[in-house]
Amino acid sequence: MKITLKVWRQKNNTSKGAFKVYQAEHVSEDMSFLEMLDVLNNELVVKGEDPVAFDHDCREGICGMCSLYINGRPHGPQQTTTCQLHMRTFKDGETITIEPWRAKAFPVLKDLVVDRTAFDRIQQAGGYVSINTGGVPDGNAIPIPKKIADEAMDAAQCIGCGACVAACKNASAMLFVSAKVSQFALLPQGQAERKERVEKMVAQMDAEDFGACTNTGACEAECPKGISLTNIARMNREYFVASLTSYEVQAKGDGA
Amino acid sequence: MNWFTKLLTSTLGRKLMMALTGLFLILFLAVHLAGNLQLLKNDGGEAFNVYSKFMTTNTLIKIVSYVNYACIIIHIIWALLLTIHNRKARGPEGYAVSKNSSAWTSRNMGILGTFILIFLVIHLKGFWYEMHWGGIPVKVYDGVEVKDLYSVVVFAYSNPLIVLIYVVSMMVLAFHLWHGFASTFQTLGLNHLKYNQPIRVVGRAFSIIVPVLFAIIPIIMYLTTPH
Repeated sequence: MKITLKVWRQKNNTSKGAFKVYQAEHVSEDMSFLEMLDVLNNELVVKGEDPVAFDHDCREGICGMCSLYINGRPHGPQQTTTCQLHMRTFKDGETITIEPWRAKAFPVLKDLVVDRTAFDRIQQAGGYVSINTGGVPDGNAIPIPKKIADEAMDAAQCIGCGACVAACKNASAMLFVSAKVSQFALLPQGQAERKERVEKMVAQMDAEDFGACTNTGACEAECPKGISLTNIARMNREYFVASLTSYEVQAKGDGA
Repeated sequence: MNWFTKLLTSTLGRKLMMALTGLFLILFLAVHLAGNLQLLKNDGGEAFNVYSKFMTTNTLIKIVSYVNYACIIIHIIWALLLTIHNRKARGPEGYAVSKNSSAWTSRNMGILGTFILIFLVIHLKGFWYEMHWGGIPVKVYDGVEVKDLYSVVVFAYSNPLIVLIYVVSMMVLAFHLWHGFASTFQTLGLNHLKYNQPIRVVGRAFSIIVPVLFAIIPIIMYLTTPH
């Protein structure tokens, strides 16, 4: 296959970027999208040019590291991660435009690499359970219906790649945050910090300057892990209830 | 920051304001339509005129109307605040190529809303302002003086341009409601397997039936008034 690549090149965070066109002459249909870029980078290195910087890690579709806005869609034309996208998806002779995620909260570091630590800070604000929940409990020891446990696991599938932010016209992180809120709100282990968690995570999300949700559903359509909009409704509900009812009692004494 | 201000100024809280005011305005549309349909009664406008007087003089209705004005204003201002915030969130550089898979109405509520606002100004100037402060002829029913708003409406709808403005505006409203109705429930967090489908169906039916009935009134009045 012969492919024309229009790649966003940007030296660093402060410089201005622009598209640069490359010809990929020897592309196999069986290559993954990232392997195709590896080959391009090898050629660039041989020519003494700066290789294209892009994020990647596990290349198994589970780490959430790869990104890329390919031909107008996050992770390209299929609902997968970019590492699981193969060149057979494209036509011979096609021009492919590759851009970084675009969001104020995800500044471009270099070329196609963006800084997604805003997601980490949201997680650090409340996306955890403070108590030690011990080892794997007996199947029937925790009173939780299978369907609810499944729903929590579906939410927990979120790999934090940021495709939702990239797809959203408002660069909203609601799908990500709602998945992280949901996975704990649905489980018994998450109950102790349930209200505090959603309040803190939403506050951090706003502090990072992500946009608001317009319920367009673009995020759900692009999410490689199929996270559902239901989670956003759940987060809204959790947040409103938490705001109205959290901190029912005040801490007294020195806690000793 | 106080917890209540924190709730209202968060992105979720701002959307909450949009949803609550939007829901109230949906309710208002239904009531407004019920009143308007009296224009089609074949009684020379008596039912409509008596109703109009009741709507502008009854104390309870007056209180509700102030809530309604507030809802319209809040809905507009919060929409502006959210749009500005959302534009900024996208960052300085946009996409060169973008294939958004979402529905057109959901992405263009602001544009649709702006058209509705323009319509609202024309509409309020034409009837609401005239009813309150304009010089309207008076009719007497059972010894009670009533402003003949009906004649103002008949006169307005004898102009095909005004009829066209009303019909087009109602189409815009339909698109706004097509996304808006169900969207309010999602924003309020009222999402449930049992109720999602009914909400969607009722929302879509409402967004077609109500604007159509609104639009049909000027058309019928234009056609039945002798020119």
